[in-house]
Amino acid sequence: MRMQAKAAIAAALIAAPGLASADPDDDTLIVNGEIEMTTKTSAPEHMSDTYIDTIMSGWHFRSDETQALQMDDFDNSGMIFVDTGRAQWEQVEGSEGNSCASCHEDPADSMKGVRATYPKWDPEAEEVQTVAMQINDCRTENMGAEPYGYTSTEMANMEALIAVQSRGMPVDVKIDGPAREMWEKGKDLYYTRTGQLELSCANCHEDNYGNMIRADHLSQGQINGFPTYRLKNAKLNTVHARFKGCVRDTRAETYKPGSDAFVALELYVASRGNGLSVEGPSVRN
Amino acid sequence: MNFTRRETMVIGAAAAAAATLPMPALASKTEDLIAEFTGGAEVGEGGVMLDAPEIAENGNTVPIEVSAEGAEAIMVLAAGNPEPPVATFRFGPLAGAHRAKTRIRLAGTQDVVAVARMADGSFTKTSKTVKVTIGGCGG
Amino acid sequence: MAKNVRPRVKAPRSAEAGEVVVIKTLISHKMESGQRKDSDGNIIPRSIIHRFVCDFNGENVIDVKMEPAISTNPYFEFEATIPESGDFQFTWHDDDGSVYEETKTVKVG
Repeated sequence: MRMQAKAAIAAALIAAPGLASADPDDDTLIVNGEIEMTTKTSAPEHMSDTYIDTIMSGWHFRSDETQALQMDDFDNSGMIFVDTGRAQWEQVEGSEGNSCASCHEDPADSMKGVRATYPKWDPEAEEVQTVAMQINDCRTENMGAEPYGYTSTEMANMEALIAVQSRGMPVDVKIDGPAREMWEKGKDLYYTRTGQLELSCANCHEDNYGNMIRADHLSQGQINGFPTYRLKNAKLNTVHARFKGCVRDTRAETYKPGSDAFVALELYVASRGNGLSVEGPSVRN
Repeated sequence: MNFTRRETMVIGAAAAAAATLPMPALASKTEDLIAEFTGGAEVGEGGVMLDAPEIAENGNTVPIEVSAEGAEAIMVLAAGNPEPPVATFRFGPLAGAHRAKTRIRLAGTQDVVAVARMADGSFTKTSKTVKVTIGGCGG
Repeated sequence: MAKNVRPRVKAPRSAEAGEVVVIKTLISHKMESGQRKDSDGNIIPRSIIHRFVCDFNGENVIDVKMEPAISTNPYFEFEATIPESGDFQFTWHDDDGSVYEETKTVKVG
């Protein structure tokens, strides 16, 4: 039966997750037997001053059972919310009589590659924008609708719908030009200790990835898999909600989701994943 | 499999906590439910399979699979949950196999039990211990 | 009807007569166990899907009695025999009386 279950998880033996250990494993993530994900690759050039030479998806730090949940779209509970996001996409809202589809038509065409390059500099708005900011700009400017809450269920659904169009494509956020200033700010935040525990992002996710934090494996804190379906709260979680949780766990007052600080941090953390595949919606514990 | 010192401590603590649970009360609840399912008939072993992770990363969502060739029904119980019932699978004439997978909630480290009612009216059961770890930050 | 309930079913579009196929189902539902308390200490009332049924052309494949220990967004995987062309009917029964349905057509030959 175990054999059969494993076979159902993935026809190819190469895709069967290996044994759990404290270190990241060497399994291969292939979704639906077709989308081969880059889950380990050389760290981008800008990380040459860090301890990390190989960047790794958080998928490698999870148990076989959790890993398997992301290998088939009908095992991945996050995919229900992609369906819900698609219904939102078609929904006319606001004073202008528009839905997302009115302008962007089929997300499979119009949103392909989007998740891979965000956050990015928007020359018109003259600021670095996240996918969430872009969604809300569309809602308020082009639809005359209320913005979604930054980490709301609706936002997470829409982000999942957009992310899934880029699954398997390499994360490729730009850190030069006008985005540089925000990127530097994000980098500063990444290395700044916060809270009563005086922990920076780097203390856990750069210095101690692969080690245990209580009964859990610390990952590199990559965000290529967001929004992510967590077994813990059985819903899609957004990047900024995750940041907030992390900063809170250092026992600090957190920055607000959508704040400049978190946008900068998202840009920086995203850039540490340049070269990994977009995985959203991923499954984590 | 190598455990770090901290990991070993956590597992030890979970086992200690499990040992101090008011097991008799919970066990009798589980036994009552089995008796209800079987109508008091004798319960054998073998012929029913229960697959669950040895260590669950989060007790909120634990994948399990049950199967018993020729079973009419399989009842699943979580002996250490405040309310042990989990699910009862009844297989119809068009069942392609007498097996099912689902995801369940486990309140802590405990035994998961599967009892099958076979076509001839006999009963058989199996159980598996699942360790539920106390997570870190989940990342 | 509970909010934002959406079923998702994987079934093949075609099969050989007598073929055994794997079916996967997911439905978004919070599966409130009735054991949690809100911030004021009051019990949040139980609100779950308590039964899931899959039939093919009116004949039963599987009938599941579900308890609060089934995780949020209930998932099932099981196998079905396809005797002839026809429709799978999937039904989820909510505590509040709502019934959620999904149909999948399978062609034989």
